[in-house]
Amino acid sequence: MKKNNIGRTVFKIFNYIFMTAICLTCVLPFVHLLAVSFSSSSAVAAGKVNFWPVEFTAYSYKFALEGGKFLTALWVSVKRVILGVSLNMLFMVITAYPMSKTKEQLAGRNIYMIFFVATMLISGGMIPTYLVISRLGLLNSIWSLTLPYALPVYNMVILMNFIRNLPAGVEEAAMIDGASPIQILVRILLPLLKPALATVCLFCVVFHWNSWFDGMLYINETTKLPLQSYLQTLVKNFEQIMQTAGTNYVELLSRMNARTGRAAQLFIGAIPLMLIYPFLQKYFAKGLVIGSEKG
Amino acid sequence: MIGKKLKRQWQLHVLLIPGIIILLIFSYYPLYGLVIAFQKYNPGLGFNSPWVGLDNFRYIFSQPNFLRTIGNTFYIAIFKMILGIIVPVTFALLLNEIKNDLTKRVFQTLIYIPNFLSWVIVAGVLMDLLATDGIVNRFLNVLGMNAISFLGSPSVFPWTMIISDTWKGFGFGTVVYLAALAGIDPGLYEAAQVDGAKRFKQTIYITIPMLMPTIILMSVLSLGNILNAGFDQIFNLYSPIVYESGDIIDTYVYRLGVEQAQYSVGAAVGMFKSVVSCVMLSMSYILADKVAGYRVF
Repeated sequence: MKKNNIGRTVFKIFNYIFMTAICLTCVLPFVHLLAVSFSSSSAVAAGKVNFWPVEFTAYSYKFALEGGKFLTALWVSVKRVILGVSLNMLFMVITAYPMSKTKEQLAGRNIYMIFFVATMLISGGMIPTYLVISRLGLLNSIWSLTLPYALPVYNMVILMNFIRNLPAGVEEAAMIDGASPIQILVRILLPLLKPALATVCLFCVVFHWNSWFDGMLYINETTKLPLQSYLQTLVKNFEQIMQTAGTNYVELLSRMNARTGRAAQLFIGAIPLMLIYPFLQKYFAKGLVIGSEKG
Repeated sequence: MIGKKLKRQWQLHVLLIPGIIILLIFSYYPLYGLVIAFQKYNPGLGFNSPWVGLDNFRYIFSQPNFLRTIGNTFYIAIFKMILGIIVPVTFALLLNEIKNDLTKRVFQTLIYIPNFLSWVIVAGVLMDLLATDGIVNRFLNVLGMNAISFLGSPSVFPWTMIISDTWKGFGFGTVVYLAALAGIDPGLYEAAQVDGAKRFKQTIYITIPMLMPTIILMSVLSLGNILNAGFDQIFNLYSPIVYESGDIIDTYVYRLGVEQAQYSVGAAVGMFKSVVSCVMLSMSYILADKVAGYRVF
C-alpha cells in the first residue's frame, strides 16, 4: 500500500510537469511573437529576443496602423463578419426550423435532407466554384465572401437537432391556439433557441474571421481584401511592402525589419479571437454536445 | 384532408426556398461545372466548351508531379489522422488524472488556443519560430545540436506539417474525449476498487474500453479526410524546395488551375479528389452508424 502511494505521487509530479510543458508549447510561441513585435530590429536580427521584448519599441505597430492598408483590411473583415454572420443566422434559422419537423409534418422532408447533406459530401471544388463566382459577376465584391456560405449546412444540422430536442408540448399548445408556423418560430422558438444560436453564431464568426483563401481567389483589389487574406500576402512579401511604404527604406530598417513588422500585424490579427476566446471555449464544447445528439 | 395539410405546411416549404436557392447556385451549379474536366475550357464558351473526353485525365495521370502529390497527400494525411487520435486521447487521460478543477480548467483553456487561430496566423508564427535562425534552432544550438531546416528540407517538411497540425488541433480533440470521460459511470471504478484494481489497471480495463466508442467514432469520421492533407497549412508554409515531399493534391490544383489558368486540367484533378473523398466520406458515415451507432443526420 505504501509503495503504491509513492508510485502515485511520482506519477502525479511527472504528470503536472508534462502537462505544464505541453501547455507552454501552446502559449510560448505567441508570447515570443509578442516579444518580437515589440523589439528593435537589431535585437531580433541578432537573435537576442526570447519571451520578453529587447530594446522596447512600438514602431512596428505604428507602421502597421499608419500605412492605412492594414486598417482598410481590418474594416473589410469586420464588414464581412457582420454581413456574413447575419446571412448565416437568417438562413440557418429559416432552414433548420422546417427541417426539424418529422416527415409526416413536412412532406418530402427526407428528400430535402438529402439535398442539403449532399452538398457536404460532394463539391465542385476550387476551379468550377471560382468560374461560377466569376460568371455571376461577384469577383471583387464582398458578396463573393458571404453569399456562397449563406447556409452552413453542418451548423444548420446542429440547430435542427437542438430544436428537435425541445419539449414538443410548447409548439403544440401554440398550434392549437391557431398560430401559424412562422408565428411559432418567431414568438416561441427563437427565445428558446438562444443558447444554440449563440453557439452556431460563434462558429460562424470564427469561420468568417479566419477565412483567407476565398479572399485571395475572388478579390483582386488590395483595398477590398479582408484581413486574413491581407496578412497572407504580407507573410510572404513583407520586405516588398516595407520598400514601397514611401518612407526612407534604410531609415525604416533601422527601426524595424520584416520579422518585427510581421509579428506586430499577425498579433493584431489574432486579437479579436483572443477577446472572444472565453465565450468560444464555453460554447464550442456545448455545441459539440448538442451536435452529437441523435436527431 | 390533403388540402388542410398543405394549408398548414405551405409556410414551412416557403421557408426552405431561400436556402435551396443558395445551395443550387453555389453548390450544385459548380458541381455541374465539373463538366469542364471533360472539356477544353474556353472562357468565351464557359461550361459549353468543346468536349475532349478523358484527355484531361490522361494528361494528369501521365504527369509524374501529379502522382507524387497523391503519395504526399496520403502520407501526410494518414500520419495526421493517427497522431490526431493518439495525442488527444493520451492527453485527455492524463488531464483526467488531475483532480484540482482550477488547474484542469487552466490547462484545458491553454491547449485550446492555437485551434481558433487561422492557419495564416499560425503559419506566420511557425515561420518565425522554425526559421534557421529562429528561436527553436537557437534552443537546439544551446543543447549542442545542429540547426534543422524545418521548412526547407524535403525530408523534414512533411513531419513539420504533421506535428504542427497535431499541435494546433489536439486541444479540440482533448475536449471531446474529456466529455466522454466525464460520462463514465463512477460505480464502475468503485466496483473495481473493491476488487482491488489499482489506478493503472482501472485505466486499462475500464477507462479505455469505455472510451472506445468515441475513439472509433472520431477515427471513422476522420477517414473522410484521407485526401485532405491540409491545404491551408501547407499552402502557407511550403516553397518550391520542398515540393517533392510537401506538394499535395490541393496545392497542385491551385498552381495548375489558378496560377497557370489551366482550368480544365485543374478541374480534372479536383474532380478526382472529390470522387475519392466522397466515397471515403460516405463509407465513414456508414461505418460510424454501423460500428459506433452514431448518426450524423
